Amino acid sequence: MAPIQKLGNIDQKKRASQKIAFGFFSFLSYLVVAILFVILGFIILKGASVISWEFLTEAPKNGMTSGGIFPAIVGTIYLVIGSSLISFPIGIMSGIYMNEYATNGKIIRFIRVMTNNLSGVPSVVFGLFGMSLFVSTLGWGDSIIAGSFTLALMSLPLIIRTTEEALKSIDDSFRHGSLALGATKLQTIRRVVLPMAFPNIITGLILSIGRVSGETAPILFTVAAYFLPQLPQSIFDQCMALPYHLYVISTSGTDIEASRGMAYGTALVLIVIVLLVNLLANALRNYFAKKVKMN
Amino acid sequence: MIKIDAKNVNFYYGDFHALKNITMEIEANTSVAFIGPSGCGKSTFLRLFNRMNDLIPGTRLEGEIRIDGRDIYDKSEKVDRLRKNVGMVFQKPNPFPKSIYENVAYGLRVNGIKDETYIEETVVKTLKQVVLWDEVKDKLKESAFALSGGQQQRLCIARALAISPSILLMDEPTSALDPISTSKIEDLVHELKNDYTIVIVTHNMQQAARVSDKTGYFYLGELIEYDNTRKIFTNPEKESTQNYITGRFG
Amino acid sequence: MRKFIEKLVEGGFLISGSVSSFTILLIIIFLFKEASGLFNSPEVEEGYVLAVNRENPVEHLTPEEIMDVFDENITNWKEVGGKDQQILVFRFSDLPNYYSEAELGDEFQHVPEKISELVSKEPGIVAFFPEQYKATDFQGKVISGAKITPSEFFGGMKWYPTSTPVPIFGLVPLLLGTLLVSIGAIALSLPFGLAVAIYMAEIANARTRNFLKPIIELLAGIPSVVYGFFGLVVIVPLIQQALDLPVGETAFAGSVVLAIMALPTIITVAEDAMRTTPRAMKEASLALGATQWQTIYKVIIPYSISGITSAVVLGIGRAIGETMAVLMVTGNAAVIPTSLFEPVRTIPATIAAELGEAPAGGAHYQALFMLGAVLFLITLLLSILVEYISSKRKI
Repeated sequence: MAPIQKLGNIDQKKRASQKIAFGFFSFLSYLVVAILFVILGFIILKGASVISWEFLTEAPKNGMTSGGIFPAIVGTIYLVIGSSLISFPIGIMSGIYMNEYATNGKIIRFIRVMTNNLSGVPSVVFGLFGMSLFVSTLGWGDSIIAGSFTLALMSLPLIIRTTEEALKSIDDSFRHGSLALGATKLQTIRRVVLPMAFPNIITGLILSIGRVSGETAPILFTVAAYFLPQLPQSIFDQCMALPYHLYVISTSGTDIEASRGMAYGTALVLIVIVLLVNLLANALRNYFAKKVKMN
Repeated sequence: MIKIDAKNVNFYYGDFHALKNITMEIEANTSVAFIGPSGCGKSTFLRLFNRMNDLIPGTRLEGEIRIDGRDIYDKSEKVDRLRKNVGMVFQKPNPFPKSIYENVAYGLRVNGIKDETYIEETVVKTLKQVVLWDEVKDKLKESAFALSGGQQQRLCIARALAISPSILLMDEPTSALDPISTSKIEDLVHELKNDYTIVIVTHNMQQAARVSDKTGYFYLGELIEYDNTRKIFTNPEKESTQNYITGRFG
Repeated sequence: MRKFIEKLVEGGFLISGSVSSFTILLIIIFLFKEASGLFNSPEVEEGYVLAVNRENPVEHLTPEEIMDVFDENITNWKEVGGKDQQILVFRFSDLPNYYSEAELGDEFQHVPEKISELVSKEPGIVAFFPEQYKATDFQGKVISGAKITPSEFFGGMKWYPTSTPVPIFGLVPLLLGTLLVSIGAIALSLPFGLAVAIYMAEIANARTRNFLKPIIELLAGIPSVVYGFFGLVVIVPLIQQALDLPVGETAFAGSVVLAIMALPTIITVAEDAMRTTPRAMKEASLALGATQWQTIYKVIIPYSISGITSAVVLGIGRAIGETMAVLMVTGNAAVIPTSLFEPVRTIPATIAAELGEAPAGGAHYQALFMLGAVLFLITLLLSILVEYISSKRKI
């Protein structure tokens, strides 16, 4: 009949090209996995010997070539807490507005475009902005509060988007069910929608904590101190922070070679935070996914 | 001559036993309709003939299906070659985001045909075969999405015919179409069964009665009754079949 | 009362809803507020004067010309549009070479007079001195006082923010450096990113995907400073040795680190795009005897091409804006790059490295904010481009 039946060897040819292509793709995929493991493995191996009780609980000594990183850990914790206090409520409320209240398609689209734009703004631009607004114009100086606000604004898009996604995944029938019983819109959101969306929202919040604790550029000019052995006393004090500390001791410390060990240790602590945050987020996601299935 | 020969077919989605011990013979150049309520397994059974269910993870097949005497689930059987021989038309029209011409040419191209004149001849021939040619001959380069639903479905039939299969599987091909488009497709099936073996899954009993030589009635994963269409619709053996075709449930 | 509280909370939602738009607006206002002063700043550092002899026809020297004159790359006035005459460079610190301490007075009270005298005496002189020593009846011609112009900034080929007598703020080397590093990064990460996206979306089984997904998330979660540190201690020395370069801190090192960092963005966005291909379309292709690979490149990739393009643009955006990692591995030489294997300096790295030392409100500080504004506009344009691409998507 048609020449199609004659072309017997084309079958082998197209199967062979699939084999080559798929082999190539899986090779590249596992290479990416290997890259991650090399980075993690390297920092864990080099950093593990540095980690000690002293390293985690003492201030840097001898021009930051020995001692510990306690003030940087505390500073990062303060910044995470400070920025979360600002970004969590605003971000979640913004997500609620987007999914539950905004009805005008144009406004929703506009806000979504703006949120996407905001998430594309480079972190160093946030740093400049924070310096200009919080440090100079509002006169807060280099301080925890200025840094927290800067970090909070930077992490807003992630929180808004995950909240919106989480709310969107909840079927309208639950809302209608509650409204049909005479509940107000706000009661429906508070008692029905939010509890159901909570697990996914929480995952977004945890990931944002991970991001905030690792950011350097936004805190460079708004809060971070090069060396500050005592802990901050108020929100208007400067503080040290882990990512900035790593930057400083690996590029511009008094003795870069001598502080290498400290740098590996600091990098390891940052990696551990990221690992914990990701593990926690994944565990929560799986836990709640299972719970939903069981119901 | 027996075209499709299924013996003791059992099929599972994970733990769910979707097809229960089905045996069926389909003769060449006839048309067979599968009817039955939703979820009865008729589409699942149809999709076994071109191994479309392979795409769903966690499925399992027992038993044997032979086409032209060859076990299509044998390890040596190449699935792309099988599908070249067993064309399929889906429930919703699903043209590619390409031109009308390229949609029909697609099957030829992926099967290694480079001869442009042959491709062009085949495109024209199959578009005429599905009675779409007069409607699209001036806009072959335009996107297939510009066509109406009924036209799209005929295009998808043309696409399937272009690679000269011997079997054509149709999975509720008119369920998304209006009555006029539906009757055009039914006329087409009538024409095509002279040259092809056609298996059509349908919800519409009149359609089954109009287009098929034989009809199989499925219920809860079992083949309840399989016989000449006239007999099924006038004098079925089983009460369950009787109930279904008289519209007592379904 | 309860009604009132509800209204209040709902008002809160409304206000929060506008927070991203409001933040964007604030960023624009404050970046440009600080940056706008740049074109009002004098070229020559405030408090200093640049003067020539009265007879000299030259009225103005651009910052780059001034720098060349003081570096003695330009030694004759005719090169800058004057007479054929040797240039005599005079810095304030050269004063003791011309006058004795006694002549200048115990409290330098005669300095203005003497400078004036020197400038009027030497026809080829160009003098740079503090404004406080400019005599009230100064006998020379002051040629400083011009403001920094937009064309000098946007077209400037040099970035010497702290050179004397004039700092030079030229965007071009930094912009080219940024583009070079970013484009290098995308060229490296695109094949990987697309391969992994295709693998995850179409080839891998559920178990493999569930293994890969958290890996990709982890890659995205590692702080940029850790990438920079890894680049500094591993990739930089590796590049230096493997390619036998004088220094390993090169544009290429930046590209490698950025390529790893851009991977998660490209993978996630491209994979999501490919997943939107309707199952029916894939099945149609397979049912025609196409292999899975033919289906991928003939149906799935064309169908999701707008999403894949968005992935690439977003990846470029991430690379362009990345600061710390690039700062740590590219060597930060502010010269127009000629190859991937030389040190370069990017816009974000420049801001991060120099803002700490730039006095607030000075020209340098304003120039850095102007860099920030440029960076912001670039990423804004990329975001809008992504928006445009995805709105054009065919259904």
